[in-house]
Amino acid sequence: MELFQAITNMTAVSFAQHMVNGISLGSLYALIAIGYTMVYGILLMINFAHADIVMMACYFALFGITTFHIPWYLTFILTIAATALLGVIIERSAYRPLRDAPKNSVLISAIGASFLLENLANYLFSGRPLHFPDIPFLSSMIDLNGIQVQAICLFIPVVTLACLFLLLHIVNHTKTGMAMRAVSKDYEIARVMGVNIDNIISITFAIGSALAAIGAIMWGIRYPGITPYLGVMPGLKCFIAAVVGGIGNIKGAVIGGFILGLGEILIVAFFPQFSGYRDAFAFIMLLLILFYKPTGLLGEKMTEKV
Amino acid sequence: MLKVRDLVVAYGGIEALKGISVDVPDGQIVTLIGANGAGKSTLLRTIMGLVKPRSGSVEYNEENIKDLNSQHIVSRGITLVPEGRRVFPNLTVLENLRIGAYLRKDEEGIAKDIKRIYELFPRLEERNWQMAGTLSGGEQQMLALGRALMSRPKLIMMDEPSLGLAPLVIKDIFNIIRRINESGTTVLLVEQNANMALKVAHHAYVLETGRIKTEGSGRELLENEEIKEAYLGKKKK
Repeated sequence: MELFQAITNMTAVSFAQHMVNGISLGSLYALIAIGYTMVYGILLMINFAHADIVMMACYFALFGITTFHIPWYLTFILTIAATALLGVIIERSAYRPLRDAPKNSVLISAIGASFLLENLANYLFSGRPLHFPDIPFLSSMIDLNGIQVQAICLFIPVVTLACLFLLLHIVNHTKTGMAMRAVSKDYEIARVMGVNIDNIISITFAIGSALAAIGAIMWGIRYPGITPYLGVMPGLKCFIAAVVGGIGNIKGAVIGGFILGLGEILIVAFFPQFSGYRDAFAFIMLLLILFYKPTGLLGEKMTEKV
Repeated sequence: MLKVRDLVVAYGGIEALKGISVDVPDGQIVTLIGANGAGKSTLLRTIMGLVKPRSGSVEYNEENIKDLNSQHIVSRGITLVPEGRRVFPNLTVLENLRIGAYLRKDEEGIAKDIKRIYELFPRLEERNWQMAGTLSGGEQQMLALGRALMSRPKLIMMDEPSLGLAPLVIKDIFNIIRRINESGTTVLLVEQNANMALKVAHHAYVLETGRIKTEGSGRELLENEEIKEAYLGKKKK
């Protein structure tokens, strides 16, 4: 009854407004979730530092524009490149030396890398929120038949889907992608085929981090308060999105991202009295999926790698 | 030609190979037979660079390959058909063959070799686009063989290619091993099916708990009373 009332009270315009917000938030979650799922697919580990890679990318873009006065479009390209490099450096320094160590050691190293990045950012950039610079047109509000949206919101889903298709093409139709899929199932035999698995793992981190950077830039334009801990909550939610979609599955991560983003926004829209619980939605989804379909929506049964 | 000398390999404190020497001359089929845990697979894995030996040497065409990565060993023309086949289940049959040619750049030669392998194993061509995980055991073994051949190896090592297969399929596999060898590829074959292995082998080694117990030509060992009793399941008269 309450739901019915909530729905009827809502005009078409405000519903459309919420949908736009939900889809753009979901797209951002999807982009970041892909990074979690790719790394898990290949190394069977949760890259806790991924959330902080997002945060660093925000700072890269922010300082590129404000401090170094690089044109914004150039800054975005440099940010994507620098973030990809950061991901590769983290993999080489924190994960690669532990390649033959027990899985728990790598996990702890990932938590360490995450803390290091957060505290480094806190030390270097201060804990005060910095304002992400306004980008011409993208930051401005536009009016679509009464729906007020920030221009970036219209780009976010398009960019996300474009990234997804490009990524699926790489994974499914290139030699490198074939090697990535092979390494994810059996890295020893991949090695016997002549695949340099360290390279493939580096490429995986570079791609995941580049997508995180694209997500981070759009995140910054949409939510311009940049702090050293901004990655923490979205990072958790994106990890959950990856689990909900079926960890290791790229399409699953995107679907999970949309479910979480849309769900979070629509719950607040329909039940304003629950708006304090918006962050809880992701965790409830996690519990439900672990309870009813632990492999995730598109996930397959994973057998432990020997 | 492959020369293994005094190879010692240990997992933790336990020695799986306690100093063994094996020669694999060009153009031959050499087989290693022995019970479970004798160290047969360990030897192949060490030659392939997947396990690092404690001491001893592995020489291939006068080059010490002991400290090379697998990737570089493959590029020298050595490959492995692993125990349990281990095709990539999430790749199609065609992709499994293509990844076998991962280090090759000659697209034309690769296309030709894929055709040749499909002639050798017509069943695989029918399943070209199927995921390798959906194949039967025998088909997977053929795919694993085909995948190994795609690197154009000079030396192909096979670890228990007959394991878990029906007798008719085993016969096929051994026929193909012979054909691979006749086309100029050296074969190092590890088998528990000693009878079949000794019949195709030019030379054979018997491994027992990390040491070479005896060696000889395939025919010699087939007629050796002790071998007959221990590995061929035939009683002494």
